Amino acid sequence: MASTDTPVDAPGKDGSDLAGLEAGLDALDSVEVGRTPLRETLLRKVLPPVTAVALVLVVWQLLVWAKVAPDYKLPSPAAVWDEVEASWLQGTLLDYIWTSVSRGLLGFLLALAIGTPLGLLVARIGFVRAAIGPILSGLQSLPSVAWVPPAVIWLGLNDSMMYAVILLGAVPSIANGLVAGIDQIPPLFLRAGRTLGATGLQGARHIVMPAALPGYLAGLKQGWAFSWRSLMAAEIIASSPDLGVGLGQLLENGRNNASMSQVFLAIFLILLVGIAIDLLIFSPLERRVLRGRGLLVKN
Amino acid sequence: MATVSAPVEEHATAAVRHAARIEHVSKSFPGPAGQQLVLDDISLDVAPGEFVTLLGASGCGKSTLLNLVAGLDRPSAGSIATDGRPALMFQEHALFPWLTAGQNIELALKLRGVAKPQRRPEAERLLELVRLRDAHRKRVHELSGGMRQRVALARALAQDSRLLLMDEPFAALDAITRDVLHDELTRIWRETGLSVLFVTHNVREAVRLAQRVVLLSSRPGRIARQWTVGIPQPRRLEDTAVAELSAEITEELRGEIRRHGQH
Repeated sequence: MASTDTPVDAPGKDGSDLAGLEAGLDALDSVEVGRTPLRETLLRKVLPPVTAVALVLVVWQLLVWAKVAPDYKLPSPAAVWDEVEASWLQGTLLDYIWTSVSRGLLGFLLALAIGTPLGLLVARIGFVRAAIGPILSGLQSLPSVAWVPPAVIWLGLNDSMMYAVILLGAVPSIANGLVAGIDQIPPLFLRAGRTLGATGLQGARHIVMPAALPGYLAGLKQGWAFSWRSLMAAEIIASSPDLGVGLGQLLENGRNNASMSQVFLAIFLILLVGIAIDLLIFSPLERRVLRGRGLLVKN
Repeated sequence: MATVSAPVEEHATAAVRHAARIEHVSKSFPGPAGQQLVLDDISLDVAPGEFVTLLGASGCGKSTLLNLVAGLDRPSAGSIATDGRPALMFQEHALFPWLTAGQNIELALKLRGVAKPQRRPEAERLLELVRLRDAHRKRVHELSGGMRQRVALARALAQDSRLLLMDEPFAALDAITRDVLHDELTRIWRETGLSVLFVTHNVREAVRLAQRVVLLSSRPGRIARQWTVGIPQPRRLEDTAVAELSAEITEELRGEIRRHGQH
């Protein structure tokens, strides 16, 4: 009772009391997040896919031994491996891959440069969204292989036709991903940004883009998948000696030469590149972003 | 008892510069039955260095009023003048999760126009002020609720505004942490000489912190009554003087709420 009327404690004592109390609360509330040991990572992340691949190879070899299909329809794993070895020794294997990958990556970067501002405009300006938003989403469901014939007629059999097809496939994905990312920004961040004085371009740079990053990354990932698919379609359909041999042409050549092992080789390489880009670029990027925000929940 | 709990009148001396001057402000929003009046003719001044709490039940438009003062929205009638752009703190910490605690503060400094070499030491100083010296490199999700609100407070202080608006900033915290943050806020308010306009629905919190408590009625929000709180700081929630004034204000607040059940 009497305490209310007694004069205030000395500020120094009160201050250090409060500091100690606060330090205690902070220590009680903090959570330590450790890193997973390497052995566990190998066991949980590497072992399962390796097992799956081994299983597929075993089943494949069993099917070959059981002679479910003749050689020219189902080559053995060994025959496909020979194909790998042969083109490696000829020095053409990396050329095939590099021809396609360099095209794919350059096309993807172009798509990025176009899709990003486009997505920002669609997300932030109502008129633009109403005008082209539905078209942009619709374009995503149009298989980009449909663009190959017009692109060949408009641009001819050359690299620019390939890039046109990639762009038409990837730009909508990237733009839509960014739009979705921006739409999912909690309004609180935008209000907080505005009270801090982040408006207009500064707001886009410091608040909107980083806040939309997870959705944007998902769009980029899909954009890359679409780039790669469109490119393969373009390479299979439009082959010309001037274009050099990419993986699509390799596949088409295999069909023309009736070499099923070459077709298999091409398919594996296409798949491998797709997986490698995802594993080496997008997955680490996505994990880093999500972990930084505490969104990656460990089970 | 050192309590002064009488309704006060506006101290509108022309010579006093105001941290915020709210004059005859009304705000209505389009509703199902035409325009709905949320705030009705609010006039309120916040003196430099003054700590004012806005108290009211839900629907009194206290958050709306704060948004108007923050410049996030425009009043339908009346005018609001503030001494510079006010800083605003929310019920949720609203820290950006893609930045560390320190970077959140540095972004506020950058947007204020502080040159790059000064940002880091200034952010350190602000973190020191909220007693989170080691949190600079911590990610938002690595901090506890109370620590997050302290970083949010540091970020608001980084705006170097004369007026700090707080929208129920401690409502989501547990009671122990909230009590500590009350002490912390009082200390920082006294150290910085800021004006604070603090919105809450918690009567004891209002009395615990403020020099002046403004009670808003609900639907539409009007200023129902004001009290100056003369209890010396540091106050405690369990102080008799705090409890007595809280009881008086709660009675008044209940009266305001009861009026809505009668028709």
